[in-house]
Amino acid sequence: MILNRRHFIGTGLATGAVLAAPTVWGQAKPRVVVIGGGAGGATAARYLAKDSDGALNVTLVEANPVYTTCFFSNLHLGGIRAFDSLQHGYDRIGAGVTVVHDLATAVDRAARTVTLRGGQVLAYDRLVLSPGIDFKDGSVPGWTVEHAEVMPHAYKAGPQTQLLKAMVQAMPQGGTFAMIAPPNPYRCPPGPYERISMIAHLLKAGNPTAKILILDPKEKFSKQALFEEAWGKYYDGMVDWISPEFGGGAVEVRPDTMEVVIEGQAQKVDVCNVIPGQIAGKIAALAGVTDDSGWAPVDPATMQARADATVYVLGDSSAQGDMPKSGFSANSQAKVASMTIRGELLGSKVFAAKYSNTCWSLLAPDDAVKVGASYEPTPEKIASVESFISATGEDAALRKATYDESLGWYAGITADMFG
Amino acid sequence: MRRRPLRLLATITLAAAAQSAAAEGIGDAARGADLFKGQCAGCHQIGNGAANRVGPRLTGVFGRRAGRVDGFAYSKAMARMGSDGLTWTLETLDPYVANPRALVSGTRMNYRGLPDATDRADLLAYLRDFSDQPGNIPEAEPTARKTDPDLDPAILAIQGDPDYGAYLSSECATCHQADGSDQGIPSITRWPPQDFVVAMHAYKQKLRPHPVMQMMAGRLSNDEIAALAAYFAMLD
Ligand SMILES: Cc1cc2nc3c(=O)[nH]c(=O)nc-3n(C[C@H](O)[C@H](O)[C@H](O)COP(=O)(O)OP(=O)(O)OC[C@H]3O[C@@H](n4cnc5c(N)ncnc54)[C@H](O)[C@@H]3O)c2cc1C
Ligand code: HEC
Ligand code: HEC
Repeated sequence: MILNRRHFIGTGLATGAVLAAPTVWGQAKPRVVVIGGGAGGATAARYLAKDSDGALNVTLVEANPVYTTCFFSNLHLGGIRAFDSLQHGYDRIGAGVTVVHDLATAVDRAARTVTLRGGQVLAYDRLVLSPGIDFKDGSVPGWTVEHAEVMPHAYKAGPQTQLLKAMVQAMPQGGTFAMIAPPNPYRCPPGPYERISMIAHLLKAGNPTAKILILDPKEKFSKQALFEEAWGKYYDGMVDWISPEFGGGAVEVRPDTMEVVIEGQAQKVDVCNVIPGQIAGKIAALAGVTDDSGWAPVDPATMQARADATVYVLGDSSAQGDMPKSGFSANSQAKVASMTIRGELLGSKVFAAKYSNTCWSLLAPDDAVKVGASYEPTPEKIASVESFISATGEDAALRKATYDESLGWYAGITADMFG
Repeated sequence: MRRRPLRLLATITLAAAAQSAAAEGIGDAARGADLFKGQCAGCHQIGNGAANRVGPRLTGVFGRRAGRVDGFAYSKAMARMGSDGLTWTLETLDPYVANPRALVSGTRMNYRGLPDATDRADLLAYLRDFSDQPGNIPEAEPTARKTDPDLDPAILAIQGDPDYGAYLSSECATCHQADGSDQGIPSITRWPPQDFVVAMHAYKQKLRPHPVMQMMAGRLSNDEIAALAAYFAMLD
């Protein structure tokens, strides 16, 4: 075997890792492939490139040419934010990141390659997976992803968001909107309930006698006291939350007849938003890094997959412990992972991991609340070490300031992700 | 409250492989399960479907007001403590289990107390598993003890490291934009370092009321704050 050793000198890279990869001849720069250009993946790609000054070869594989943020998509439903304000392209992501718009269809961990739908094969030294979520089959009886055109999930933002909004706007006066809320764990714990607030806001203006039904398999949800206070204050009598105790749990849906079946009783509804149970984005399972739960367990100090230390799993797809699945969390985890990867491939300094999260929810125009926590790794998991939440009964000025802050966060995180 | 000796990281690890976890879990939940059986199970049940017995069910006790389980007849003393705002957390459960009467003088819980701090930590780790999980309910009570940034020798060892300042600042960039634009969250670039340090300490000491910034500053050591002040001062 003839090998040009010259190229390996000074890269700080383990020669074994290079030898294991097939298309490496004559190439010296370590390669990182990132799958998924969302909150976790776009941040990771940008920080890897930015902080390594061209010493890494960073490829970002993203299926869509434009990313639509789930965060603030509920505000679009409420008529508070334009759809195109949620959309971000990859043209400013910065030099040093090669963006490939294609779907990753396979990962060969032994050969260290990723195969794309277009046939391209990318070799990697480190792989970052941040593919978000997929839906669990059979989670809501009667519903499959094929029914999403009739009963939308709108839990991956984009056309689904627009469809759901159009359906709410087309509801007959006094009609019924039903939400099948998801079981734990799912992305954005307060997300479904912020959505209810925003849909109630939209209906209050154009369809004030409409009814909203939440059918929930959970006994309790994040920021519950804050949401319930707001629903009473702004949307009195409109919102009905049905907990499992009252039949909200085992609900069946009938997309053909637009019915939901609660404790054996079929009820006709006008719009049905089905948010099913969730699992890691499919490519994580195809890569063989998920476990029976459907999520990918990771090392809490680094975000490395427990199944393979050359693969990092970020954001929603990872099972890391106490952090909620959120864009903020994914962004925070991406920074720890990219620092660790640079340390491994380039020998740069590695510091102790720190993570944090804050999630804002809009209850009504200018009335926002937040919940947040900081986290540290223990050997078992990423553990919550401190948390806070907005209080009920806060005054309007504080709630407005909280809303303004959420706008600042949106501007900040999208700049952090996309440049 | 119990403190295990701080893990001494002689040198800050430069290689990811050698990195060690920072925070400590509450305790050993498996050992706690045995302690629960021996010490508490005679009067309390815990878990799905647990019922009130001599004492109230302890499922979901973390984050709950004292004296608030439906259908349990509490002592007047416990009910009053609940109305006064006593909430069960790591910080309040520990002294209660150590000596119930010391925290709630007139409590009807006829239990002498668990004097050993490690036993209590392990027991509380077990109890914690039956309350809200932060992954689902982010505001839920913590599941580990925070490392004290001002006592961690590993952090002191890397003071003044500009790379460290840059890494720390990445956490701020999610909200404070690096280019200094202010769109609802104030700009923090190009401040005189002195002003920056004073502002951060005001959050750390909870003099400034903002909860996000109290939390961000509260986990930073004095040296880390200084490093950040220097780092942000030179951004343009
Ligand atoms: C209604 C709603 C409201 C929300 N509000 C907030 C909020 O206010 N704050 C907050 O912090 N979070 C919020 N979230 C949660 C947040 O959107 C997610 O947690 C976050 O996007 C997760 O980041 P991620 O990188 O794991 O996945 P994503 O951001 O979903 O990114 C995954 C990307 O991977 C791509 N992809 C997947 N598979 C492949 C493949 N095989 N090949 C190529 N590309 C692939 C997808 O196209 C996608 O772009 C909300 C979510 C919802 C649904
Ligand atoms: C001899 C019976 C007995 C034993 C043993 C006992 N308890 Fe209790 N416990 C009670 C009673 C009774 C109350 C209600 C006290 C009151 O109303 O003042 C109570 C109350 C409590 C509360 C407050 C609950 C609430 O809803 O506010 C906690 C927490 C608690 N016990 C924990 C423990 C733990 C942990 C142990 C084991 C170390 C333990 N108890 C052992 C009888 C007992
Ligand atoms: C989750 C969003 C968020 C994060 C993350 C964050 N901040 Fe802040 N910060 C804010 C908000 C909101 C304010 C305004 C707070 C107030 O009203 O007191 C603020 C205020 C400040 C101020 C005072 C500004 C002034 O004009 O008085 C400083 C200094 C500061 N932050 C520094 C930091 C540093 C350093 C970090 C990273 C370690 C950080 N922040 C992380 C949201 C954030």
